[in-house]
Amino acid sequence: MMSYLVTIVIFVSIAGLVGLALNLQWGLAGLVNFGVSGFVALGAYMVALTAPHLGWLAATLTAALLCAAVSMALSLLTIRLEENYLAIVTIGFAEIVRILLLNESWLTGGALGIADIPRPFASLTPAGWGDGIILVFALVLVALVYGLMEGLVRSPFGRVLRAVRDDATVAAALGKPVLALRVRAFAVGGAVMGLAGALHAFFMTYIDPSQFTPIITAYAFMAVIAGGRGSNLGLLLGAGSIMLLLEATRFLKDLVPSIDGTQLSAMRLALIGIGIILLLILRPQGLVAEPRRTVRDVFPDATGES
Amino acid sequence: MSAAFLEVEGLTKHYGGVAALDGCTLSLAKGEVTGLIGPNGAGKTTLLNALTGLAKPDAGRVTFDGADVTGLPAHRMAARGVVRSFQIVRELASLTVFETLLLAPPHQIGETLTGAMARRRRWWAQEHANAGKARTLLERIGLWRLADQPSARLSGGQKKLLEVARALLLEPKLILLDEPGAGVSPPLREEIIALVRELKGEGLSFGIVEHDMHLVGEICDHVHVLAEGRTLVSGTFAEATADPRVVDAYLGLAA
Repeated sequence: MMSYLVTIVIFVSIAGLVGLALNLQWGLAGLVNFGVSGFVALGAYMVALTAPHLGWLAATLTAALLCAAVSMALSLLTIRLEENYLAIVTIGFAEIVRILLLNESWLTGGALGIADIPRPFASLTPAGWGDGIILVFALVLVALVYGLMEGLVRSPFGRVLRAVRDDATVAAALGKPVLALRVRAFAVGGAVMGLAGALHAFFMTYIDPSQFTPIITAYAFMAVIAGGRGSNLGLLLGAGSIMLLLEATRFLKDLVPSIDGTQLSAMRLALIGIGIILLLILRPQGLVAEPRRTVRDVFPDATGES
Repeated sequence: MSAAFLEVEGLTKHYGGVAALDGCTLSLAKGEVTGLIGPNGAGKTTLLNALTGLAKPDAGRVTFDGADVTGLPAHRMAARGVVRSFQIVRELASLTVFETLLLAPPHQIGETLTGAMARRRRWWAQEHANAGKARTLLERIGLWRLADQPSARLSGGQKKLLEVARALLLEPKLILLDEPGAGVSPPLREEIIALVRELKGEGLSFGIVEHDMHLVGEICDHVHVLAEGRTLVSGTFAEATADPRVVDAYLGLAA
């Protein structure tokens, strides 16, 4: 049971990292990225290929850098097109990554994947600790990224991204370099998705292309929608509740013996869907509202209305 | 008339087969309020778009403050001090009134990625200084008590005032207003007129596209009448309105 719980916490951490990244790209900057699973896969494979040679830290950083560079290139290619094309191009990107991973078996092992990925601090782990170290690693990673993202959301950088999301023309007329801002937001988001992929690879120690399906993208969007666009705290709550729902519904069959496994797995997704619809009806702004700079933040003594 | 500040020479812009601007030539003087009037479809908004980088002219030249600025992108024009408002107010819906004004000032350290992450203390100090200016401005235009409201919740006239305030924080040299009086209640319109006059007194230059002739007559030192993408008549408001060609243009008889 303990190791099951640890596994869930780590899966929530991975989903949380992916969600935090999408929350910056889409939640804050309004850039639709339907290729999330491609970036996560890229990060995971980069770690799998480099960790045995470079060590875990350098491998993780390489994965983040590669994903940032690819995001940057992709956004520069497409951002000059009309906005919605980014969505289409990112779908294509994820598909290209999937097909490359499957077919370039000299590098990626093809459908067999890559095994024996060394975990961080593996030699230091006392016997019987199991996944303890990787759990700490995951939580520290989430905490670091959360801190970074909170810093960005609450800074003028976050504010100017919200302005670009609301109306890019107005932002440009106010002297803001819209293209450069979008590329930066997309690159930082991509780097964090690479980190999520790295964590995934370290935890599983074995990766293959079937682990990186578009469902990762779907869960990330659900988490951002449920949590509230732009709010990192909401995002973590959203990612957590979706994972909780997914896992908790596993035990439905103990309560309702008349349904079998296949029906259950179909029902679980339906339940998540109903949950999202209810949330959007009852709380359209998501669980937590986007943080805003209020008068009180700057003038603590001000007594404004509202 | 004082020295030309913004000069437009033979500016042309086609949309498909339609020439929205057809060799438009005019100039805006420093420290004055210049009105740009003319019937619908005369090319006024296209001219404003071409002057602020939102439309790339097909031909012609724009010089501002002695430098050639033809076809510069929008954020570059803003950086040079040419700032505009929009005919249909485009507020940043999810930003509060206060945040809208904090957004506007140029050269914010915290708007760069490294600045936001690594130089927190410096951008926070800058934010404080900007907040002080924003507060003064909001008190001046009477929106301070609404500072924490989302700007989407303001009335049409309040949004126009906020747009002018937003433009002011960009440290502009020339403000181009696209129909500041349209859809604004009479008391707020008087407030906008008063604000433009005050700011002109402080040395700012304005270009104003407007259909409300009362407003144009009140605040414009000089007007250009546009018709079919060209300057038809230039002069004082009284001269322009007395010209029979202007009357013809408004009645649809222009050549």
